[in-house]
Amino acid sequence: MCHYPLFDTIKRYMRITNDEKGICGMKWFADVWQKINIAFIEQDRWKLYLKGLGVTLEVAFFAAIIGIIIGTIVAFMKLSTKKNGKPTIFAGIANVYIDIIRGTPSVLQVLIMWFIIFASCKNGILVACISFGVNSGAYVAEIVRAGILAVDKGQTEAGRSLGLSNLQTMRYIVVPQAFKNVLPPLGNEFIVLLKETAIVGYVALDDLTRVANQISSRTYEAFMPLIGAAIIYFVIIKILTILLAKLERRLRKSDNR
Amino acid sequence: MITVKNLHKSFGENQVLCGVNYHINPGEKIVVVGPSGSGKSTFLRCLNLLEYPTEGEIWFDGQLINGDKVNLNEVRRHMGMVFQHFNLFNNLTIMDNIILAPTKLKIMSKEEAKETALTLLKRVGLEQKADAFPGSLSGGQKQRIAIVRSLAMNPKVMLFDEPTSALDPEMVGEVLEVMKELAESGMTMVVVTHEMGFAREVGTKVVFMDGGNIVEENTPAEFFANPQAPRLKEFLSKVL
Ligand SMILES: Nc1ncnc2c1ncn2[C@@H]1O[C@H](COP(=O)(O)OP(=O)(O)OP(=O)(O)O)[C@@H](O)[C@H]1O
Ligand SMILES: [Mg+2]
Repeated sequence: MCHYPLFDTIKRYMRITNDEKGICGMKWFADVWQKINIAFIEQDRWKLYLKGLGVTLEVAFFAAIIGIIIGTIVAFMKLSTKKNGKPTIFAGIANVYIDIIRGTPSVLQVLIMWFIIFASCKNGILVACISFGVNSGAYVAEIVRAGILAVDKGQTEAGRSLGLSNLQTMRYIVVPQAFKNVLPPLGNEFIVLLKETAIVGYVALDDLTRVANQISSRTYEAFMPLIGAAIIYFVIIKILTILLAKLERRLRKSDNR
Repeated sequence: MITVKNLHKSFGENQVLCGVNYHINPGEKIVVVGPSGSGKSTFLRCLNLLEYPTEGEIWFDGQLINGDKVNLNEVRRHMGMVFQHFNLFNNLTIMDNIILAPTKLKIMSKEEAKETALTLLKRVGLEQKADAFPGSLSGGQKQRIAIVRSLAMNPKVMLFDEPTSALDPEMVGEVLEVMKELAESGMTMVVVTHEMGFAREVGTKVVFMDGGNIVEENTPAEFFANPQAPRLKEFLSKVL
C-alpha cells in the first residue's frame, strides 16, 4: 500500500474541529477538498454532471444535423434566381426566416417552441433539438451561401458553357469547392450552438448548466458546481477548437495541390 | 452558322451593346478587336447566352437560340468557350476536367471520353499532366487544357475571350500555336484578342468594335492596310 502524504493530511484535518484547523496552514486545502466532495462526490453527484453533459451534447449534435439540413436548403432557396436574374419567391421566404431567427432571442425561440408550437409534445429533448436546429439553420444558411458565393464565378461559367445544367454545375464543381470554404465556419457554428444549449434548462431539460445550478442551490455552495461546469464546457470546446484548427490547416494544404 | 440580329444588351442603365448585326459562316475565323469596355466580351458571351440579350436575335445552326422553349444546355454543347482566366475546375484533375461534361451529359462512355481526352492532350503535348490538378500547372498549360476541355465536346464553333491576356509573355506563343492548329483543322472560331499578329495571320475577318457596336469589318490585309473609320485608325495607331 502506498501513501499519499497530502491526502493523509487532508483527511486528518477534516476529522479535527474548526478551531484546530484555524491554527493550521492546511485549512484552505481542507476547505477546498470538502467543497469538491460536496459538489461532485457525495451522493455520486458526478453522475448528474455526466448525465447533464450527455443531454448538452445530444441536443447540440442533433440540432447541428437539423441545422445543416435546413441551412443548406435555405441557402439554395436564397440563391435561387429567375431567368432574368431576379430573386424567386423561395428567396423571399428564406429571407423572412433568417430575419426572424436572427431578430429574436434564442431563449424566446425555445420557450415558444416548448409552450406554444409543440405544447402537446412532452419530449423536451426532441423539442430542444428542433428548436436549436431551426435556430442554427438560419446561421448555417448564411455560412453555406457565403461559401458558395466565394467560389469563383468563372467555375460556374465554364461548367455552363460546356452544356452542363445549373444543377450539374453545382453538384460536380461548385459544391465540392464550397464545401472547403464552409467547413471551418460550420465548426465555429457548432461551438456557438454547444454553448447556446445552456438555456434548455428553461424547458425543464437537465443539461450540464441546469445540473450545476441545481446542485449549487441544493448544497448552498455555488462555487464548485458552477466553476466545474464551466471547466467542462471549456475543455470540450478547447478540444473542438484544436480539431478545427487542424482541419483548417489540412484544407489549406489541399488547396495548393 | 451564327447570325446576330439587332443585338442589344444592357446591365441596368448601362447599355453595352447597341444593335449589333453580324453573320458568321462555317469555317470562318473571326477576330474581334477594340478598346477596353467596347463590349467585345459581352458580344462573345451573348453568342452562347452566358449573357442573355435584352433585345435582338441570335441564330445558331438555323435555330433562334434566345427564343422561348430553347434547351440552352443542349445549344451550349456545340459551342466551346475559352476564358481569359482559364476557369479549369479546381477540384478535379486534368483528366476529370476534360471528361466531366462528355460523360455527365452521356455523350460518351467513360472509356471513350478518356481515350478522346488522351488523344487531345497528346495534340497539345500535355498527356503527362492527366492526373495533375490545375493548381500545379503554368498559365500556358492551363489554357491549353482549357482548349482541350472544350474540344472534347466536339463543338461546331469555338469562342475565345482574350485567351492569352492573362499569360506571361513567354507562354503566349504556345497557346497561339494550339489555336493556329485548331484554325487549320477547319474549326469555326470567334476570337477576342489583342494579338494583332494572330489576327493578321489566322483571321479570315477582323472586326473592330467600339461603343457597343461593330464599327468596321474587313479581311485582315485590308483591315490593317486600309482602315476607314477614324476611330479604327486611332486604335490601330495605338496598338501597332
Ligand atoms: N456583368 C456585368 N454587369 C454590369 N456591367 C457589366 C457586366 N459585364 C460587363 N459590364 C460592362 O459592360 C461594358 C463592356 O464590357 P465588356 O467586358 O464587354 O468590354 P470588353 O470590350 O470585353 O473590354 P475588355 O477589353 O476590358 O475586356 C463595361 O462598361 C462593363 O463595365
Ligand atoms: Mg473583355
